[in-house]
Amino acid sequence: MSAGVRDFDRVAIDDVSRTFGRRRALAHVTLNAAAGDVIALLGPNGAGKSTLLSILSSLMRPTSGAVRYGAITAEDGGDPLRLRIGFLGHELFLYTDLTARENLTFMARLYNLPDVAGTVERGLRRADLADRADDRVGGFSRGMRQRLALERALLHQPRLVLLDEPFTGLDDRSADALVDRISELGRGGAIVFAATHDFDYAERIATRAACVNRGRCRELPAGAAPLVERYRAALAGDAA
Amino acid sequence: MIGVLRSAWLIAEKDLRVESRSRELIYTTLFFAVTAVLIFAFSFVQEDSSVPAGSASGILWVTLTFSGTIALTRTFEREREHDTLRGLLLSPVERPAVYLGKLMAVLLLLAGVEVVLVPLTGLFFQAPLGRAPWLLAALLATGTLGFAAVGTLFAAMLVRARSRDVLLPVVLFPIIVPVIIAGVRGTNAIFTPEADLAVARMWLGMLVSFDAVFLSLALWTCGPLLGE
Repeated sequence: MSAGVRDFDRVAIDDVSRTFGRRRALAHVTLNAAAGDVIALLGPNGAGKSTLLSILSSLMRPTSGAVRYGAITAEDGGDPLRLRIGFLGHELFLYTDLTARENLTFMARLYNLPDVAGTVERGLRRADLADRADDRVGGFSRGMRQRLALERALLHQPRLVLLDEPFTGLDDRSADALVDRISELGRGGAIVFAATHDFDYAERIATRAACVNRGRCRELPAGAAPLVERYRAALAGDAA
Repeated sequence: MIGVLRSAWLIAEKDLRVESRSRELIYTTLFFAVTAVLIFAFSFVQEDSSVPAGSASGILWVTLTFSGTIALTRTFEREREHDTLRGLLLSPVERPAVYLGKLMAVLLLLAGVEVVLVPLTGLFFQAPLGRAPWLLAALLATGTLGFAAVGTLFAAMLVRARSRDVLLPVVLFPIIVPVIIAGVRGTNAIFTPEADLAVARMWLGMLVSFDAVFLSLALWTCGPLLGE
């Protein structure tokens, strides 16, 4: 990790709202997360989950409220703060004309990581793509791209990991591997936010869960009931 | 500063690697440039091989500008595919490095086009390329830099606009009129039979000033323009 980058062990979303013109995407969202938390963000399409992830990534500014990474905000942290954030988006941020190795190498060099070759090799092995390392990403299936994109997002060992629909396009084996990887990240002290519609996988990875609906975010109570039931109860509460 | 330049070079190197695989930009830009010069040659070159005075410099710069615009429209378009621009912006790289990287890649691409375009124009329009080669190279380099500096900034600004392909030339050309005028007049001062190198140097000075102003402006404004 580069010197001078301030680490943090908690993220506080403090009364964050975001509007796009007259449309309100997020309204007064407050949520705290600490190292080791894996938070599943559940909610219908267009509820504001991706907007929340974009704000957490520091790419988008909230209209009001603030996100604190430890003691600092995104404005305080500036560009170096992003050394501690990893983002897997719905689009995968991969160059299809480059090979898997070239994609990871480019990112590793952009993040100024030490031992680029070793880091890239480890990333390729974790993505189970060591034997396809020198093939162009354009020829990969969605699942292979998804695995590579995840390793691209985790190459710099970020503290805050943001995953937008991480299980999309993965077969059962790859999805199981991703569940293990995310759980391992949590045990390693990362703070993980994962927006997903897949309750089975969310149940397996999440230590906490929150429901985002019509721009509002409410943490689901812990309990013995299955996650999907707690989620439906929250939605019903919002509707009432 | 070294960190910004290093990151910029990494981005430019990546763009060139992508281009070396697809060869999409170099082929389309070169094809347009060569076709334009050929059409101009059929239009202007007389049967006795004479050409209207001053035509070579105008044709050179117009062709360079129009073919360069094709390259500029695709500069950020590629980063829209698979949202890779967002991936770049998520990295800890300073925003000016992203702009500079794109600019470097466009400059190297246009340099490749000029390697073909300039001799071709010299051949068809009997332009004396060897009269003041360093001055001509300096005019081309500073003119291309000015064009690309403004064009890359506008391409970044329009990256999320729906009608960006149409808008780019509309907003770009009025701003780069001074570059085209200085380039044409400076090059013409070299190409005319009574070459006036002092005039060419004066236009070169104009181009250097334009580059300094617009490059500074672009580096200052590219951060907010590239943000979401």
